[in-house]
Amino acid sequence: MKTIEELNAIREKAKANMTVREDNEDLIRVIVGMATCGIAAGARPVLNGFVDEIARRKLNNIAVSQTGCIGMCQYEPIVEVIEKGKEKVTYVKMTADKVARIVSEHLVNGNVVTEYTVGAVAK
Amino acid sequence: MRELSLNILDIAQNSISAGASLIEIEIIENTAKEEMFISINDNGKGMAAEQVLNVTDPFFTTRTTRKVGMGIPLFKLAAEQTGGSLTIWSELGTGTKISALFKTGSVDFTPLGDISSTVTMLIVMNTDRDFCYRHSVDSREFTLKTQELKQILGDVPLSTPDVAEWLKSYIEEQTQIIHGGVLK
Repeated sequence: MKTIEELNAIREKAKANMTVREDNEDLIRVIVGMATCGIAAGARPVLNGFVDEIARRKLNNIAVSQTGCIGMCQYEPIVEVIEKGKEKVTYVKMTADKVARIVSEHLVNGNVVTEYTVGAVAK
Repeated sequence: MRELSLNILDIAQNSISAGASLIEIEIIENTAKEEMFISINDNGKGMAAEQVLNVTDPFFTTRTTRKVGMGIPLFKLAAEQTGGSLTIWSELGTGTKISALFKTGSVDFTPLGDISSTVTMLIVMNTDRDFCYRHSVDSREFTLKTQELKQILGDVPLSTPDVAEWLKSYIEEQTQIIHGGVLK
């Protein structure tokens, strides 16, 4: 059973492993739309999926955050990937199952998963 | 929405947009009366009386109130379709409290669902805010306050993966315990 006291051990371990975040400018930003439309369409498991996968792979150069309505409610859940010096990539109709592939192919290896992007889905 | 926990996540996002530094989420279940009471209380910028009257109307939404949108109407519908009700109290500069009563015996009652995901996500994605989460089932209850967790964690942020994992499991276990479940 989990206890509040366990946080002491987690704190000590985290302090020992604390890595310096890469310069903010070089961070890859993953932004999940979490307005009513996004949440109703299934954004919560998508956001959780990114957080878990990025933690599992210990990727320190990626920041996951949330935003409001992106304005294309029919394509929710929507995830935007913003990287310095590159064009913004918008993934639409996201599911938790698509997350691992985007993390490994796009966020780690730099190859956009074109078939999940708004350009491919909206055709 | 398929789960009330998603409505809670959605309503709490309004509190965050309203600049709240403290968001209290409370769930009170009364099994004998077959009732569930949910409230989301914040110290954000609040709303004027006129806006309070209009936020439950999905067609009221204008650019300036866009942050409200369909969220409150959907929560209200979820409560009313069980024979329950929704109330909003708000004051400019003080905050907003949204409470809903659900009749859990109704066939139209939406289950609470994965509340531990909702609470964990709110805490982890908004480490600059404080949350107080309380859930009771009859006489059993548990409370989680991020202020207390932050005191223990010191410099280590609540968004640290190990902390997030602990939060999720802790809330899951406590939820099971107050429902009278036996832990493995």
